Amino acid sequence: MSIKQSKYNIREFLAFSGARVLEDKKSVFVGTGLPIVAAALAQKTHAPNLLIVFEAGGLGPQLPELAISVGESRTFHRAIAASSMHDVMSLSQAGYIDYGFLGAAQMDMYGNINTTVIGDHDLPQARLPGSGGANDVASFSHKLIIIIANQSKRTFVNKLDFLTTPGYLDGPGARERAGLPKDTGPYRVITQLGIYGFDEGTKRLKLISLHPGVSLGEVKENSSFGILIPDEVETSPEPTDEDLRILRQEIDSAGIVLGK
Amino acid sequence: MELLQQGKGELIGWYDPDEARDWVLKNKSRELKDKTMSVTEAVSKFVHDGDFIASGGFGHTRVSMAVIYEIIRQNRRNLIMAGKTAVHDLDVLVASGHVNKVEVAYSFGHELRGLSPGSRRMVQTGQCKVVAETSNAGYQWRWLAAMMGLPFIPTRTMLGTDTLAYSSCKVVEDPFSGKPVALVPAAYPDVAFIHVHRCDIYGNAQIDGILVEDFELSRCARRLIITTEKIVDNEFIRREPWRTSIPFMVVDAVVEVRYGSHPCEMPGMYYYDEDHIAEWLSLSKTSEGVKEYMQKYVFSVDSFDDYLELCGGVKKLNYLKRREFLEEPMTAPWRKES
Repeated sequence: MSIKQSKYNIREFLAFSGARVLEDKKSVFVGTGLPIVAAALAQKTHAPNLLIVFEAGGLGPQLPELAISVGESRTFHRAIAASSMHDVMSLSQAGYIDYGFLGAAQMDMYGNINTTVIGDHDLPQARLPGSGGANDVASFSHKLIIIIANQSKRTFVNKLDFLTTPGYLDGPGARERAGLPKDTGPYRVITQLGIYGFDEGTKRLKLISLHPGVSLGEVKENSSFGILIPDEVETSPEPTDEDLRILRQEIDSAGIVLGK
Repeated sequence: MELLQQGKGELIGWYDPDEARDWVLKNKSRELKDKTMSVTEAVSKFVHDGDFIASGGFGHTRVSMAVIYEIIRQNRRNLIMAGKTAVHDLDVLVASGHVNKVEVAYSFGHELRGLSPGSRRMVQTGQCKVVAETSNAGYQWRWLAAMMGLPFIPTRTMLGTDTLAYSSCKVVEDPFSGKPVALVPAAYPDVAFIHVHRCDIYGNAQIDGILVEDFELSRCARRLIITTEKIVDNEFIRREPWRTSIPFMVVDAVVEVRYGSHPCEMPGMYYYDEDHIAEWLSLSKTSEGVKEYMQKYVFSVDSFDDYLELCGGVKKLNYLKRREFLEEPMTAPWRKES
């Protein structure tokens, strides 16, 4: 695909695409890695008044450098408050979070995520960290954004080994039936191939745009489930030189998330 | 109230609220008395084999590593640990075989640094059991229920997921809204350890920066060991009482340990020792490496000061201070290890 040959790498493109979804004067609850980078880019470009929220208590920071942890001192650098997890999770449950923003290892067509185990729960092939704050972010945020850097048949699966974090569960109305806050759920999924939304009627994953140089065939081949394809598919916009400068020099100068 | 669903996770650390009150009445003195002691004495007195333990801070931030290393030194066994975004503390305790049961919100990972080879090996070979799953909000509301003296807290997280199905929650129909609501059960750790910036000899403690879950955890733990960067005069606490995060009557031991969070961060004081964390991530790839780490950093040192000396001494500590204040560039030595 063309991104590999171009002036930016895939992770930079993902961060840029994530930033574009975020709006000024809204709040975003971010998970580790690319979501932090994307929120920082949004704050330094089109969304200077983006309220960034971290689960351990950092409210409204202006990140001075990449945060390695969502609970370290960078997460409340020049913040409006350094409070607690109880405070952040309560505000989230009460409806103050516009966007939740998570990375994921495995996802199904309803945007449900697995970050707990590969294989059997009690004696797993691979033990992963578990929910952390992800289930809470996905339960409480009005709109959830998910980044998966490596879309493939192994990461876009028909059945998750473990449903850690709720998307639309098993389809329309399922979240409300389970007792989750109404009108919440996954909003955008961003991978190395394209940007996706969810079909209003079926709550299934639906393509919105292909990244430059990516074919429809690649999107379909790299999924175990059928992705809904609309009549019109756009091309995802590309980052400007200034976006790339900010990402490389101001946000992740050591290339820890974005690579060198 | 109709019971709609019951999680199959093991119910860890729950007590009937009257039993919990009774324990407080009999064991938590309201007398202002000097609780200072050595870390050796604190662990020997308050941490027992089979205890349900919980560690304060978050991930690699503001962690009472002095107590963690002492638990290994005193060879406490069969511990159950709260995996409430427990990272380095949990990783070393599980990898070295001292903790063999975990209730997981977030465990076995080092956030951006990657997964934990040591503790994952123990889970994947059946030597450490994950007895329940939960979420970060779920765990901290378990503490909240306990500190409030209630049997549970209702919440709208985890509903509809396997995280709930493997938790110790129950789902009921809320009698007010008629909607399903998850009840997270109270959790009272047998002992918790929290590292703070300042504390007086009685246990009145100040924390700078985010409290994470420590407001709730300090108040629900049956026994609480405070390690502090500095012991301050009681007058200092009384001058600005609004800065007291933890009041003395919930505290059982006060231990002064400078740099006691190393290799983890202490906000406003010193940053992560990434070289040390990278060394652990590399060594913990094998069980021999875990033994080597413990021999080098736990068993061969007589004090936390000796340990700090081994980790690079004054030169390293000054560097970590400059890093905390953004006066040195970021490093990621673990990147080549992952």
